[in-house]
Amino acid sequence: VYFTFLYFRYHSISWDGMNGVPHRGKVLTVDNMNPNVKRVEYAVRGPIVQRAVQIEKELKEGVKKPFTEVIKANIGDAHAMGQKPITFLRQVLALCSYPELLNDNKFPEDAKNRAQRILQACGGHSIGAYSASQGIECIRQDVSRYIEKRDGGIPSNPDNIFLSAGASDAITTMLKLQVSGEGRNRTGVMIPIPQYPLYSAALADLGGIQINYYLDEDRCWALDVTELRRAVTAARQHCNPRVLCIINPGNPTGQVQSRQCIEDVIRFAKEEHLFLMADEVYQDNVYAEGCKFHSFKKVLFEMGPEYSSTVEMASFHSTSKCYMGECGFRGGYMEVINLDPEVKAQLIKLVSVRLCPPVTGQALLDLVVNPPQPDEPSYTTFIKERTAVLAALAEKARLTEEVFNTVPGIRCNPVQGAMYTFPCITLPQKAISQAKEKGLAPDMFYCMKLLEEMGICLVPGSGFGQREGTHHFRMTILPPTEKLKIMLDKIREFHQKFTQEFS
Amino acid sequence: PGSSTRSMSLLRGINPNLRNIRNSELAPLGMRAWQIKDELRQGARKPYKELIDVSSADPHRAGVKPLSFVRQVLAVCYYPQLAKSDKLPADVRQRAQRLLGTCAGGSAGSYCPAGGIPEIIDIVCEFISRRDDGVPSYPENIFITSGAQRAFVEILNILVNTLRSPITGVLTPCPSYPPGNMAVVMLGGAVVPYYLDEEQGWELKIDELHRALESAKGVCDPTVLYVINPGNPTGHVQSRKSIEEVIRFASEKRLFLMVDEVYQDSVFEQESRFVSYKKVLAEMGPPLSHTVEMASFHSVSKGFIGECGLRGGYVELVNVDPSVMRNLYTLMSRDASTTTGQLALDLMINPPQPGDPSYPLQLRETQYIRATWVQNVKRVLEVLNSLPGISCQPVKGGGYALPRLHLPPGAIQKAKEVGMLPDYFYCSRLLEETELCVGAGSENGQRESTYHIRLCITTSVDTMEEVLRRLTSFHIQFMKDFS
Repeated sequence: VYFTFLYFRYHSISWDGMNGVPHRGKVLTVDNMNPNVKRVEYAVRGPIVQRAVQIEKELKEGVKKPFTEVIKANIGDAHAMGQKPITFLRQVLALCSYPELLNDNKFPEDAKNRAQRILQACGGHSIGAYSASQGIECIRQDVSRYIEKRDGGIPSNPDNIFLSAGASDAITTMLKLQVSGEGRNRTGVMIPIPQYPLYSAALADLGGIQINYYLDEDRCWALDVTELRRAVTAARQHCNPRVLCIINPGNPTGQVQSRQCIEDVIRFAKEEHLFLMADEVYQDNVYAEGCKFHSFKKVLFEMGPEYSSTVEMASFHSTSKCYMGECGFRGGYMEVINLDPEVKAQLIKLVSVRLCPPVTGQALLDLVVNPPQPDEPSYTTFIKERTAVLAALAEKARLTEEVFNTVPGIRCNPVQGAMYTFPCITLPQKAISQAKEKGLAPDMFYCMKLLEEMGICLVPGSGFGQREGTHHFRMTILPPTEKLKIMLDKIREFHQKFTQEFS
Repeated sequence: PGSSTRSMSLLRGINPNLRNIRNSELAPLGMRAWQIKDELRQGARKPYKELIDVSSADPHRAGVKPLSFVRQVLAVCYYPQLAKSDKLPADVRQRAQRLLGTCAGGSAGSYCPAGGIPEIIDIVCEFISRRDDGVPSYPENIFITSGAQRAFVEILNILVNTLRSPITGVLTPCPSYPPGNMAVVMLGGAVVPYYLDEEQGWELKIDELHRALESAKGVCDPTVLYVINPGNPTGHVQSRKSIEEVIRFASEKRLFLMVDEVYQDSVFEQESRFVSYKKVLAEMGPPLSHTVEMASFHSVSKGFIGECGLRGGYVELVNVDPSVMRNLYTLMSRDASTTTGQLALDLMINPPQPGDPSYPLQLRETQYIRATWVQNVKRVLEVLNSLPGISCQPVKGGGYALPRLHLPPGAIQKAKEVGMLPDYFYCSRLLEETELCVGAGSENGQRESTYHIRLCITTSVDTMEEVLRRLTSFHIQFMKDFS
């Protein structure tokens, strides 16, 4: 009887706080909480995605809709869209997880060797032990070796490698380190427009000043140093610009920077005393003919000691993209260059507050930087799987550009790299007005309608930033080719309908 | 590289809160421990062949084996091919299948939804309700994160308002869990210590909470009360009465309660049962149960599962304003938590049940682990309380023993001469002479002129015996040398 009584009592309480408890009685309110938090937005998982999840629930409950499933082309999650994990990577992770499997002869020797090496480096030989906050030392050494190999022998010091929970963790950490000052001296951080909204969200949270520099849509989203200069000069009026963020290959734009451009950016950073942050998580995702990934570190060092010994920089990489697509494992690293030793000491202190990066992510990263070699048993399968993933992405990039450019009112730049397309959409004035009436950005209005009518979830360009008066959406190119074709056709159909409806 | 003037300006330009984070006293000690390990690996001659590090509560590092069921399920989740063979028990394969079904694309490599995998959040709600004898738990109040620490930092982020004056104060226990305090400082808040009563087994006294609150007047604006139960590193388990007092205090003084309960499964004595703040709050009834705002944290790092490196945990919020919850949701969505951590959480709170094929082994393993804790605690208290110059309060739960050093004046003097804190000096000598690494109490905080060491009790029995052997012989010699 007692518990029944308590049960009914609790039910009347409604622990979600929505039972009319007076707002003014709360200790923590939106008025007294950290005001920066209110400014944080993250479009990739924002309101449109929440609506998509709702619709999925409704479909499950049997509600009739013009479609049978929601295609979630909003987030760069390859496995969610059906991409298969790389066998070798998962074999080693399984062996690390349950080392008894080392006795199972179904696992190849090279997978077993990798697992044993990783386990030796873990406390108590378990992936369940904390690692050092900077990451497991032998993995940092492997990362250095990988970087050296990638960059034609330019040395990399493991002490400059910080393993992280995905690149996002390291990017946020570096911003946290550098945002300071009051008033006109407040740190300004230059970010590309369009950008990956982690940057704007982190800056909002930290109270840093966001300095926008616009990529040139007419020249395939090229980065122009004159635009950088315009942005930093204007920014000096109201803040202290100290950081320049580059995303290469670009997200959401997909452009791959030319070597010349990278040199120009480095020169600019040196002239303006800016700390360079090079987000290179898509470095293996390069598709277009004539495009090549050049790491900022490599170019920096090839520019000679005048630059390589002075420009301060952090480069970021991750296991979430490329051919692995292992977003859920949260593996990543950053390499810091020319960081003052005292600043590095503060950085080391800062990363220790989050204890350590997930050890499974560190193990996965180790395999990515230390993949099967030609003389190893897993090599053939590994290369086959890797090539297939990258080839499929290249084909989908090409297909996407082709189809979108057949639609009047959609203009799509070539998808040179990364995993997204960011086409420019022409919206009729009537649609723009109606959107404004509803208090929505016009491309959000467009995307919401697309979601409700076609069951396709994209992210409106307003979530990434764009030139005033232009509208875009970001779509991933990750769904399997057949589904992608259907999706492209549906969007074409929708766009034509939308244009007619609001003409 | 780089001109010193420019580097200096970069240093001046970094986030000033970071400079306020106290450097871990352990950092040089920890680094020296790594060094010694390397030296031993390269064949250096030392008094002992192996370095033992019990400075952090890391069960696996200290020789405790992972739970088989947990690791088998994870292996299948990573490499589903394994489900095809019969080598692994049926319930392992079934659980892996169920868990993979909750992952997008059926892969442990896809992003988790913001806030956590809904099916696992539901399991968390069931777990909490079961644990708390039926007190309901709602999915919208739960966030699964990469370890409790991540959730802790994000909640503090919302609470600490650096644009107000005076700055937000957080009442924190002393001794405390250092990363908790570091997070407060990193976010620009002020740590307001309240001292736990060592003579009474590190009890939390309400008078002391009052005193601490008073001390904050004019210095900062205390908004948060941070409690750790079971205590870390103290090993104290709060009585129900004590929890009620704290809740009443929080309500009276309008404080947001942040309750770290990651050691809730690590309670050693029959008499000291863990009871959650949520349960006590519910049973105190309205108005308190309707109004006290609280965040409780749990994690896969401790307990029997001990999976610190996998980074899994959750926070449950109670009575938090819905608009604030919406903002918290956005904050949490920026950076996905690791899928592995979420899977491990399911495996921790939803273990094999009687009748399941894996149940007998799981039972044996957890009973064994519990027996080693009980044994270790017994031995630590026996051995240390029989030595002169060292004493230890009862350890009722948690991951550590925190013995008190009664250092001779000579030792304290010597420590001053070499520029070290006395307990750090002791730990440093201990490390060099016996290759045993324990934590220095000054890292956790302690009353002025008291000194402690911190050792993890979630080790294997053999490791603990070796720890006590080395510590005993060192301690006796140390006391002789400095008397």
